[in-house]
Amino acid sequence: MTAALRPSPSACPACDAAPAALATAEAHVAAQPGQIMLSLPTIHCAACISKIESGLRAYPGVKSARVNLTLKRALITADPALSASDMVACVNALGYEAHELDAAVLTATATDKAGRDLLMRLAVAGFASMNVMLLSVAVWSGAADATRDMFHWISAAITLPTIAFAGQPFYRSAWGALRAGRLSMDVPITLAIALAIFTSLWETMLSGHHAYFDAALTLTFFLLAGRYLDHRTRAIARSAAEELTALEVPRAWRLENGAEVEVPVVALRVGDLIAVRPGGRMPVDGVITRGASELDRSLLTGETRPVFAGAGMQVSAGEMNLTGPLTLRATAVGSDTSLHRMADLVAVAESGRANYTSLADRAAKLYAPGVHILSALAFAGWLIGTGDVRTALNIAAAVLIITCPCALGLAVPAVTTAASGRLFKRGMLIKHATALERLAEVDTVVFDKTGTLTTGTPTLDAPDALDPIVLAVALALAEGSAHPLSIAIAQAGREAGVQPALITDIREVPGYGTQGMWQGARVRLGRASWSGATPVATAATYLQIGDDVPLALTFTDSLRTGAADSVAALMAAGKDVWLLSGDSTPAVEAMAKRLNIPHWMAEALPAQKAAHIQEMTAKGHPVLMVGDGLNDTGALSAAHVSISPASALDAARAASDIVLLGADLTPIAEACTIARQATRRIRENFRIATFYNLIAVPLAVAGLATPLIAALAMSSSSIIVSLNALRIRGRG
Amino acid sequence: MNILVYLIPISLLLGGAGLIGFVYTLRSNQYDDPEGDKNRILSGEWDDHPKP
Repeated sequence: MTAALRPSPSACPACDAAPAALATAEAHVAAQPGQIMLSLPTIHCAACISKIESGLRAYPGVKSARVNLTLKRALITADPALSASDMVACVNALGYEAHELDAAVLTATATDKAGRDLLMRLAVAGFASMNVMLLSVAVWSGAADATRDMFHWISAAITLPTIAFAGQPFYRSAWGALRAGRLSMDVPITLAIALAIFTSLWETMLSGHHAYFDAALTLTFFLLAGRYLDHRTRAIARSAAEELTALEVPRAWRLENGAEVEVPVVALRVGDLIAVRPGGRMPVDGVITRGASELDRSLLTGETRPVFAGAGMQVSAGEMNLTGPLTLRATAVGSDTSLHRMADLVAVAESGRANYTSLADRAAKLYAPGVHILSALAFAGWLIGTGDVRTALNIAAAVLIITCPCALGLAVPAVTTAASGRLFKRGMLIKHATALERLAEVDTVVFDKTGTLTTGTPTLDAPDALDPIVLAVALALAEGSAHPLSIAIAQAGREAGVQPALITDIREVPGYGTQGMWQGARVRLGRASWSGATPVATAATYLQIGDDVPLALTFTDSLRTGAADSVAALMAAGKDVWLLSGDSTPAVEAMAKRLNIPHWMAEALPAQKAAHIQEMTAKGHPVLMVGDGLNDTGALSAAHVSISPASALDAARAASDIVLLGADLTPIAEACTIARQATRRIRENFRIATFYNLIAVPLAVAGLATPLIAALAMSSSSIIVSLNALRIRGRG
Repeated sequence: MNILVYLIPISLLLGGAGLIGFVYTLRSNQYDDPEGDKNRILSGEWDDHPKP
């Protein structure tokens, strides 16, 4: 997956799945000097582990090295003098791919405290419920008198501390909801547990027949299992999202007394002089003080044509320097950069999405008051009917336990875990909890062009149609340059089997192009203004031979793998597909024709993109936005649900709900299918739960629900619902 | 029925031992790298002498 990554400035260091305030608080703990973390995407077996570990340990200065195969990482403790690049070189020499990881961003997932805490409570609840269930079996099979009382007392002794410890997540969340004046799913859960314990204790004291200790415990156990599944799905997503961010260790070269010093981007201050080499990105906003070059602004504007950059020009963080070395004076750093100001656009656009309530929440809204009213009515009815508080309370507790939302609490997490797991295997990372449900509702898909449908690397148009001599000259000039258009020419020339022409005095003029002497005439390959040509609208470079009329060599972006398939599959599924781009009209039109996209819009400003999507949403079309650039962040947040490729700027990744880990776009169409399937399973599970309640609740209200029936009904419905959820893994 | 006096504590102790064992594995980070652990047992690196 790492092959698809482009380095980019860090716009949001904590670009992760869920708001992780805790995580950032702990982030400083493990980032000690001398600790180096590497990502090893290609390791897969026992031999890899021992080869890398022994190789690293043999390296002078390394104290210890431990490979984690699950996360495909290595943690190295070494002398502070050793740098991460030494370690990367050492692993590369062993024959494995390795990338440095920013440990400060990652440590949050290394110590997953919340997950461990839940697992501990789950284990305690499991242990206690098994024991109490065994004791209950004795009671159900006819233990009487003193024996039954003793069993009840032992059950109480096990249950009380367990419930006090294991149920805490529910109590806390219920208290939080009540304080905010809401009714969440946890309120009936807490009430059911409390009432069950209270009546059971009372019954036990009066040596009554029925105690619900086992029911209270299994309830806690099942619900904790659902809670843990839910947490794990999110933790995996967060860990992978953090890894993407951690791979981009932001560095810059600051000029100090004339020498270039490597510093982290966060250490840069306004007024610093910064050197940006060809191929590097601007770390901050600034003004060019020295040098001339061309800039690729596609991540910010979607425009594929490189622009000229010379002294005195303003540049923004995130732009890529193409040809010549530049020196900038920083005018805005960190959160003041234009990259960060885009976040305002995101905040405005996001308000629409916050209104979405998940299926589970919608169900809980209907369900929680219903359960309370039903149970209160049963209590009142039996109190009036029999005049016995004890019986009435028993019935009310039975109703609450029977109706308790095992299906809601377990079914939704089980379905989302299964579906997210399946999508993760296909290379999609679900960052947001309700993203799948929203994806299922989508009927319009909007694509960005540059960097999303295309890879951002240009290819030369129709090299066969060119005069072989022209191509030979262009090839000779292009071979000396690292400019993306030159690379494209060189590649096309080599594929066509053309020998480069013999050109002397080849010289690259940064910011303009390359020139040389061919058969006594001056030849120039470069910008329109420089080679004296009239510029055409698409991405192009211009070749002038002698004093001839310059010839335009035009380029198209090469398509991403799966782009055509994905668009075709989405249209076949009846979705409305749009292309919104900031690039010039001819380029966008050509791309739309190439992929048969019916609707397109070119030269769209970031705000226009977002407005267009809001307009479509207002017309009742939930939109899926697929984009990667900074100019897409507004649109990504305005859309009902959004996807960005791993190569996107992390501002764009932060704004989207789903991240594509590979370079392939094919999983998008499949994700829509899986999302719809998952939502159908969730609804199915709700129906199963409702059906079960329709049978069990009248029994409970009628006073026929013994603890045995409660235990059987609860366990069987939970198991049925979980099995139904798991079906999503197996079938297409 | 007197046998219950022994049997119930024994069952609780056995279950409790399992629970304590689980807590120990949780505390000593044994769930951090299940993939790696399952592969490490195949490595012959420490077959002749234990890891120092």
